[in-house]
Order: sequence, then C-alpha cells, then structure tokens
Amino acid sequence: MELILDVKSLSFTYGTGAVFEDVSFSIEKGKVMCILGPNGAGKSTLIKCIAGILQPSGGSISILGRDTSLLNQSEIAKGIGYVPQQNDTVFPFTVLDFVAMGRTPHLSMFSSPKEDDIMITRESLKMVGISELEGSIFSKLSGGQRQLVMIARALTQKPSLLLLDEPTSHLDFGNQVKVLEIIKKLAVSGMSILMNTHMPDHAFLVGDNAAVLSGNRMMSVGKVADVVNNINMSSAYGIDVVVREIEEMDRKVCIPCNPSEY
Amino acid sequence: MSDKQAVYLDNRSYAVILLYTLPFVLMLLSLFVGRYHIPVSSVISELFLSSRAFLLGISLPMSTNHTVLFSIRLPRIIAALLVGSALSVAGASFQGVFQNPLVSPYILGVGAGAGFGACLGILLSDSYMFVQLLAFIFGLLAMFSAILMGKVSKGAGNLVFVLSGIIVGSIFTSLISLAKYIADPYDDLPEIVFWLMGSLSSVRYVDVLWLAIPLIIGITILLLLRWRINVLTLGDEEAKSLGVDIDKMRLVIIICATLVTSAAVSLSGIIGWVGLVVPHIARMLVGPNYVKLLPASIAIGASFLLLVDDLARTMTATEIPLGIITSLVGAPLFAYLIKRGRLGWN
Repeated sequence: MELILDVKSLSFTYGTGAVFEDVSFSIEKGKVMCILGPNGAGKSTLIKCIAGILQPSGGSISILGRDTSLLNQSEIAKGIGYVPQQNDTVFPFTVLDFVAMGRTPHLSMFSSPKEDDIMITRESLKMVGISELEGSIFSKLSGGQRQLVMIARALTQKPSLLLLDEPTSHLDFGNQVKVLEIIKKLAVSGMSILMNTHMPDHAFLVGDNAAVLSGNRMMSVGKVADVVNNINMSSAYGIDVVVREIEEMDRKVCIPCNPSEY
Repeated sequence: MSDKQAVYLDNRSYAVILLYTLPFVLMLLSLFVGRYHIPVSSVISELFLSSRAFLLGISLPMSTNHTVLFSIRLPRIIAALLVGSALSVAGASFQGVFQNPLVSPYILGVGAGAGFGACLGILLSDSYMFVQLLAFIFGLLAMFSAILMGKVSKGAGNLVFVLSGIIVGSIFTSLISLAKYIADPYDDLPEIVFWLMGSLSSVRYVDVLWLAIPLIIGITILLLLRWRINVLTLGDEEAKSLGVDIDKMRLVIIICATLVTSAAVSLSGIIGWVGLVVPHIARMLVGPNYVKLLPASIAIGASFLLLVDDLARTMTATEIPLGIITSLVGAPLFAYLIKRGRLGWN
C-alpha cells in the first residue's frame, strides 16, 4: 500500500508546556484514521501542524515521501486539504465562489479561477452531493450544509490527504451520519483521511485506524478494533466505558456506564 | 431555499454594462456644468474643434471657453474620478483584509496623518504642491508607524493593526489640533479647516499628473491581487491552509491600499464615507467576490464622487466642501441600506 502521510516523533510546544510529544503514525492510501482524545489533548493542534498552519517544535511530517518542512505553503496546500471546524466568513460568498477558493494553491499570484478551475469546483460539489447549492449564499446555509461545502472546498485543492477537525461537532444526529457517509465514500474512492472526533463510535463507523491522544502523548495507535477498547477509552476520558458488539449490525459501539450514584 | 439564493448581477447583464459606462457618460456630462455659464452648443463645438485640432496637431487660439473647459473643469473631473475610485478600492481592500465590513480607508490613521502633513505644509509655505507632498508623506508615515507597532506584538493578527491605527490616528489628530491652535487665524487657519473638509477646487493638471502615479500603481496591484483578497477574508488559518503566505500578502495589500488613500487625500483633502459606503453598494450589486467587487467599486466610486463634485461646484455661489456632501448623502444612504437589510454581510 502506498504511504500517504508519515508523521515521526512530532512535538508541539506552546509557551513553556508541551502540548504533545513524540507522536508517530502513518496513513496509507484510501484509509481513514480517527484521532480520539479528551478536550485539550492537542487533537486540533496536531491537525493544524500537519496542515502547515502551525509550526511543530520537533519531529517530521512527510506527505507522499516529501518532508513538509522543505515545502512552501502552496506546495503543502496542493497535497493536504484542511477542513476547519467552522467558518465565520462575514461576506456573503456564493457556494461556487467559496469552493473555488480551493483552487488557490494551483493559481499563480495574479490569476483567478478559470473555466477548468470552475469545472473542478463543480466536480467537488457533485462528489459531496451538493451541486444544487452552487448559487446559494454560504453563510446562510445550515451547519451540516456548510460542513459539506468546506469538505468540497478542500477536495477542490486536489489533495492526497484530507484533514478534518471534528467535522461533526456542530451537527445534529442525522447530519453527523450524513457527513460520515461522505467521508466513507471519499475513502472508498481512494482519498486518505485524518479526522479528529469526540465520538469513539465514529471510529467504528468510518475508521480503518484510530489513535488516542491523551496526556501529551499518543497513548495508543493501530486498528480501530484494537485501539477503541474499554481500557483505552476509560483511561483517556476518565470515565467507565463499555465497548460491545451489536450482532445484528455487525458493528461495535462504545457507551459510557451509568453515572455512579452519590 | 429561495432566500438563500444569491441575487448578484451577472457579468454580462445590461445593468453591469451600464455600471461600467456610467463614469464615462458622467465625465462627458460634467463638462457642461459649472458656475461659469457656457451654452451647450458652445461646449459641443469647443469639444469638436479641440479634438479635431488635437488630431491634426494644430493649436487653436485661446478662448475663455476653452480655458474653462480644459484647464479648469477637465482636470477637476479627472481628479474626482481618480479620488472616488481610489477611496473605494482602498475601502473594499481594507474591509477584506481586516475581515470587517465596517472598516474605512482611514483605518490605519492615514487620514489623520495626511491631514497633519497638509497642516504642516500650509503653516510652512504657500505652495500647494508642498502641501500635497507633505500630506502624501505623512499619510504613508502614519501607516508605517501603525504597521511597525502592530509588528511588535508578534503573531497577533488583525486586531493589533486596527488598534495601532487608532493609536497613530489619535496622535496625529492631536497634532492637527495643535497646528490649528498655533495657526494664523486670518490666513492659515481657514485654509486648514477648508482642506480638512475636502475639496477639488484648486486642482490643476500638474497635481493630477504626479499623484496619479502612486494612485494607479496601487490600484493596479490591488486589481491584480483581487482573487487573493477573497482568500484573506476567510481568516488567517484557512487562508494559510489554502497556500497563501498571509503575512506577506496582507502587508502588500495594506501598503497598496494606503498608497492609494494617501495619494487621494493629498489631492482632495479628507473625504469621508465614500470608502466605506461604496464597497457596500458594489457588494450589494455584484456580490462579495473581489474579482467583480473591485472593478465595480471603481466604477461606482468614480461616478459617485464626480456627481458629488458637480453638486459642490454648482449648487451655491461659493463651493460646498466635498466631505460635507459625501457625509450628508452617504450617511442617510447607509442607514437606508441597513434598514433594507440589503448590505452584503450578515
């Protein structure tokens, strides 16, 4: 299998304290990796380091075998698409204009998207199933639609790796699953995906691999079934957790135990 | 669903074609108006004769009509078009870079800086050119102090620039007050007050010519970078993830927008509201995409200021300062747009 992302003993320090240290993992083509961990464990920071938004303090990141510290911002953007948790744009861009901004790393300094770029933009909209939103105003869409538009924008960069920072955290139950379905579909079509999530169940739904970031370090990394277990989840989140197989769905679920009575 | 649909004008629509021909039509019509009465037929024959003479390379005998049309009205018309475009382009660009639709071209203290430069020029000499030069230099100086101050706190984003702008602006505003306080109340003080309210009454070709250089350079660079301004409106992190070197890009856009504002202010004095309101009207018509927004802002800004200047020089026997009219027209217009909820932001 082709290696898309290779992270080696990465660390990030903010001020005097380490956010995380010695984080290593890799992603192969067409695989989905879910990063789990409690609030403040540095999941978003890790994704931003890989996206080239933040500068790691140590270690290395390679995309398709090329060390990102040797690449400039637009070369990184051609290889890695980043989908933020949310976007607070104040200006009423149309969805088409907004998604076309994903072409920026492929455009020279003084040019704007041409017909081919608009074609690629429309393909991305189609891929996430929102072609009909093309003429709508981005800032007036619902949270779920906006998440899909931002995924489409990242796809328009034509990256080899998609980074999603808690793509479902602002969404209702139904929209969470819809976004996960799109993620699964993209992975099947060959896209490699790294996503943060608060829900261990999401790893069972779409993940091939999982990692747990807790207490400044990578606690566990590997196949979802090996990583998302009672012991790891209980220790990462500090609560009692049960992982059970639901036979008729052939899938595992992760649920918290009843709160202790006081 | 329908209220989410964008209602921006298409680039090929008649309205957009009309928008871009408007400045040229107004330019021609403005030659006909003024306090000195020239009959319509004389203007037309003068225009015809002069263009023929120009094409054949012969010189005409000087007439009063000729002087009024080509040495007084025309430079003023060109200046109004340039200043209107400049303030609107600068306003739109600053609004994008600072991701804030309420930002005006004077955000980084450029207006106050240029104002103080002009005061200094008026106090020190009688040369109009010297006043313009000092206004231009102090406008740029204000911007560089604001940027330098913003750079000191490393890694801090837009907000620090805005705060530095407020600080620099307030220092120069105090210096303007000081200049007024010590100015000769019969001679220099009225001139300072009049300059600060904005006017194009004493513009000559030579002023237009030298200030057009920084103005056109700045506008051209902003037009070339207009797609990148779109990306900057997404915020630092997203722009970075889309491959934009944000620190460099933001600096280039701020410098160009200031260059343009400074040149405009040197030519006309301080004219408020144009740089704030015109980008909103443009955004309402063609949408927030800077690829269309900047050209539309130029067309609307140029037309608006030319109309205002026509009013300023014809309404009363003595000229009304431009800044007064732009505020009197611009502020109610802005209030109306807010009420209609048609502004291009939520």
